[in-house]
Amino acid sequence: MNPVLFPRTKEMLLSMVKAYPEARFMAGGTDLLVALRQKQKALPPLIGLERMAGMGDILKEGEEISIGAACTLREVASHPLTRQHLPLLCQGAASVGGPALRNMATLGGNLCTASPAGDTLPALFLLDARLDLLSETGLRTLSMEAFITGPGRTALLPGELLHRIRISIPQNTPIQHFEKVGNRNAMAIAVASLAALIRMEQGLVTEARLAWGSVGPKVIRSSEAEAALMGKPLREESLKEAAFHAQKAVQPISDIRASADYRKTVSASLLQRLILYRDSDDKGEQS
Amino acid sequence: MSKPPENAPISFFLNGSPLSLSVAPGRRVVDLLREDLPLTGTKEGCGTGECGACTLLVDGLPMLSCLMLAAQLEGRNIETVESLEKDPVGEKLITSFEEKGAVQCGYCIPGMEMTALALLRKHPDADREDIRKGLSGNLCRCTGYVKILDAVEDTAKTLKAPKEMP
Ligand SMILES: Cc1cc2nc3c(=O)[nH]c(=O)nc-3n(C[C@H](O)[C@H](O)[C@H](O)COP(=O)(O)OP(=O)(O)OC[C@H]3O[C@@H](n4cnc5c(N)ncnc54)[C@H](O)[C@@H]3O)c2cc1C
Ligand code: FES
Ligand code: FES
Repeated sequence: MNPVLFPRTKEMLLSMVKAYPEARFMAGGTDLLVALRQKQKALPPLIGLERMAGMGDILKEGEEISIGAACTLREVASHPLTRQHLPLLCQGAASVGGPALRNMATLGGNLCTASPAGDTLPALFLLDARLDLLSETGLRTLSMEAFITGPGRTALLPGELLHRIRISIPQNTPIQHFEKVGNRNAMAIAVASLAALIRMEQGLVTEARLAWGSVGPKVIRSSEAEAALMGKPLREESLKEAAFHAQKAVQPISDIRASADYRKTVSASLLQRLILYRDSDDKGEQS
Repeated sequence: MSKPPENAPISFFLNGSPLSLSVAPGRRVVDLLREDLPLTGTKEGCGTGECGACTLLVDGLPMLSCLMLAAQLEGRNIETVESLEKDPVGEKLITSFEEKGAVQCGYCIPGMEMTALALLRKHPDADREDIRKGLSGNLCRCTGYVKILDAVEDTAKTLKAPKEMP
């Protein structure tokens, strides 16, 4: 019978990793336990992260929000700091499963699962999240691009822990919007999702970042679609043009949830729905 | 056969009373409750986190007992549907579910009620939309949800209403 261990400090954690090199980290267990049970084997040794000091907190450090990897998605979605500064991430976190699942599932777990349908990933890409990884050899920091290496694959080395997720606070209150289309309102994996971070000045787009989830092996961005919005008001014409580029950029597959064609259409429609922000103007710049 | 051999001691609060027992750390909480204790009020539907039938409260928050291991309970405060009638909000939920006829086969009800209990404790003023969102992770294959929402809304109204004259 393999142990289930709950380190409280970094030192305890590292010594447990050493003692059980075959151990798996368990945060909320919502991906891990489902996957392990499918294999119908005895559980490997598990190192649970739920009681680790400094992994369940959300802090403001200078101009940066720092989130412990073991924060539950409920905490991420409801914390005053994330709500104030990172609404895009809050919307992504709140889209995962139902309330009970979000009380267990963590931001770190969502990242380490690295599913193309992971609902927090598009936001973390657009917000240029930096990921602090901890191991016996010390700490290293990776960008999202470097961390997610493919569907279900990350740059984590054996025994390496995702410790914190750090995000610079976006300046000048840009529009932050995440929307997901699933087969059901709750508990459904996305058919397609869009995260958008758009900055406007005097009614014109000065920065546009767009990322789609569930429509490729990784989160998809389209510099053509972003460029199509630049310098223009958020209007039907520019969004239509951007949507045309989006359709070309996404690389969806057909599966039991949706066909590739449907996913392309949804990707484009999600973008055109940003028309809802047509009257938004930059507020941060005006003093 | 479902019981693995090596056990470890754990202590937690179950429905208000302290409990210490010896259990395989990797045993699922739903099995611990239903088979070892045995408290069969908690139901297992899907076993994969999708249906909410196995919901219980851990330190007051709804969680899924099919995706929780016994070792995780150490030091925690667990509430199962067996405690419902001893809780003032829970008691009202039971009455409302009966009065609104919100039950068919009853399989989803313990999970529905525990989720609603946590919601109404925190937001006694929850409206129908809050309730709908709060229960969005609990599936019911029989009722069509309308009567369940009616029942929880009714409980919320009773909680809000000033004490009526007899
Ligand atoms: C019914 C159901 C519905 C779901 N719906 C959604 C959904 O709508 N959207 C969505 O995005 N996801 C969904 N998921 C997937 C899952 O809940 C999320 O991916 C969740 O965020 C995983 O977090 P966790 O803490 O439970 O991870 P775990 O299951 O604990 O871990 C997942 C993996 O990451 C590793 N790991 C975890 N934390 C760390 C760390 N800090 N460092 C290193 N490795 C780590 C684990 O070893 C494991 O391999 C759903 C799952 C279920 C069961
Ligand atoms: S049995 Fe746990 S969620 Fe279905
Ligand atoms: S009453 Fe049968 S599943 Fe809900």
